[in-house]
Amino acid sequence: MRISLNELCGYRSGDKGNLVNIALFAYSEEVYDLIQKEVTAERVADHFAPLVRGEVTRYEVKNVLALNFVLREALGGGGPSTLRADNLGKTFGGTLVRLEIEAPEDLVERSRRARPNTEWARSYLQSLPQS
Amino acid sequence: MNVTNKVNVTNKVLRIAGGQGFYGDTPRSVSGLLEDGIDYLCLEALAELTLAILQKDRAKDESRGYTRDLPVYLKTAMPYVAAGRVKVITNAGGMNPAGAARAAAETARELGISGLRIATVLGDDLFGRLGQVHADTTSRLSHLDTGAEFHSAKGDPRFFAAYLGARPIVDALNAGADIVITGRVADAALFLAPLIHEFGWAWDDWDRLAAGVLVGHLLECSGQTAGGNFSGDWSSIPEPWSLPYPIAEVSADGAAIITKPIKSGGRVDFDTVRHQLLYEVSDPTSYMHPDVVADFTTAQFEDLGGDRVRITGVRGKPATPTYKAVLAHHSGWSAEARAGFSWPFALEKAETTAAIFARRVTEAGYDVAEWRFEYWGVDALGGAVPMPESAGKAEPREVGLRVAWRCDDERTAAAISREMVPLMLSAPPAGHTTMGRAASGSTELLEIWPTLVEKSLVDPGVTVTMQEV
Repeated sequence: MRISLNELCGYRSGDKGNLVNIALFAYSEEVYDLIQKEVTAERVADHFAPLVRGEVTRYEVKNVLALNFVLREALGGGGPSTLRADNLGKTFGGTLVRLEIEAPEDLVERSRRARPNTEWARSYLQSLPQS
Repeated sequence: MNVTNKVNVTNKVLRIAGGQGFYGDTPRSVSGLLEDGIDYLCLEALAELTLAILQKDRAKDESRGYTRDLPVYLKTAMPYVAAGRVKVITNAGGMNPAGAARAAAETARELGISGLRIATVLGDDLFGRLGQVHADTTSRLSHLDTGAEFHSAKGDPRFFAAYLGARPIVDALNAGADIVITGRVADAALFLAPLIHEFGWAWDDWDRLAAGVLVGHLLECSGQTAGGNFSGDWSSIPEPWSLPYPIAEVSADGAAIITKPIKSGGRVDFDTVRHQLLYEVSDPTSYMHPDVVADFTTAQFEDLGGDRVRITGVRGKPATPTYKAVLAHHSGWSAEARAGFSWPFALEKAETTAAIFARRVTEAGYDVAEWRFEYWGVDALGGAVPMPESAGKAEPREVGLRVAWRCDDERTAAAISREMVPLMLSAPPAGHTTMGRAASGSTELLEIWPTLVEKSLVDPGVTVTMQEV
């Protein structure tokens, strides 16, 4: 079945000059093996084509079940130069996990991550005086 | 050099804390760290572009150029320092470590504290020697990431600084400093230095140095190791409004436990720690630090539960003969304008307004080198009032238009903002041109130019000075 990476993986991204790195985290060995096979540097480069001009390099970080992607010429000139609102590439991780991959249905059943529960935030906001 | 000779250090566990992650972080979090009991409070104040801000401060006022909230941090920490319970290491000196040291001394006087030894590390700032370093360095200051030659960097340079290592900080600690203030150093050096000082690690003990760098890397971004900016089970982080900052308990052999103050919210577990492990990292097998090249893929993580994660086995490789240095050069002026549009046809209205705006700017004769158009929005306009079923899910309830532009000229960039205002009455309907800072002034853009410079060209200029207050 087709599934987007956000259903299976964690992520964090950051900048160095005009370069962005994105770590993609699996929560089990079998999901790591899956993304290791499916989420290649080429696929990530295609996925980010509208935002990134340079090359994409992938590093495997098996000790923490992660893949690390380095995207070059990725920020429209870098933090203090770009016109983009996200001048530091903080949202690139969320943009990566839009990517859809093929995954066995039983693996997805076992591995699907829980939706966030933000009930406390809603009720706290409702308790405040608002116009 | 400068290896301390201490006996019975093998069983000692050093508690070091990351009390600041950037200029603008909250000084409130250091109280929890100090109350929990730490040996070193390390304050990392310099993101990549912070020197650009501090350079502008210093250009306006020679006594400035350091992060202005340093005295706020020191007011909380100094009573603990004076009691001999903690030492403080920070790169808050920015473009003016001597000025920061003067501010620290003034803070001590205000608190009625005396007998503190404040060390200042200078020598990272290469701006005044740019021409000479360009001529002498093997890299010819070519771009570290793209390999581009230095002469292709158009625009006047604004700052040029090397990322120094732990050595001058260790020298300061060995000389008895209670507070060490630096300019640009590799972030992890703030945390590595006290480990070298306390445990007497040798400068070629690559595995231990790498372990110290990894600890520093995990502490340097404050809340990011304790549940902040965390994509895992983020909605269940306890008391996220009082997120603590992290502490490492480090042993002489380099093994470390990452944890947090007992009385605090937040979370330290394998997932929060590995999120930080790869933050702003390129090749994790070769994390470049001035004193060692660390291999983060060799680290073993053991989640002990109770907000404690044990790290062992980190391997290091010999340091390189170069420092990373970053130059920033002028790359134009930018400004921006915003407008909000509600359903129906919010996106069509926003796009049309963007086009009308850009056309008016062009017709008025303004020269724009680059445009940026962004479309945002959830529920500012119309709030929770229901939408008709016919709208479907695809059509946005509202769109916030953000337009930014780059110009060669400061006044042109600022003047263009003014062109958005009349569109409230003269463009597609129900636009709100007052959204956000619609008529802000222009901002100088700076392009970051990372490069390499031989240590032998930098080190002769590195000094450590001590003052007692």
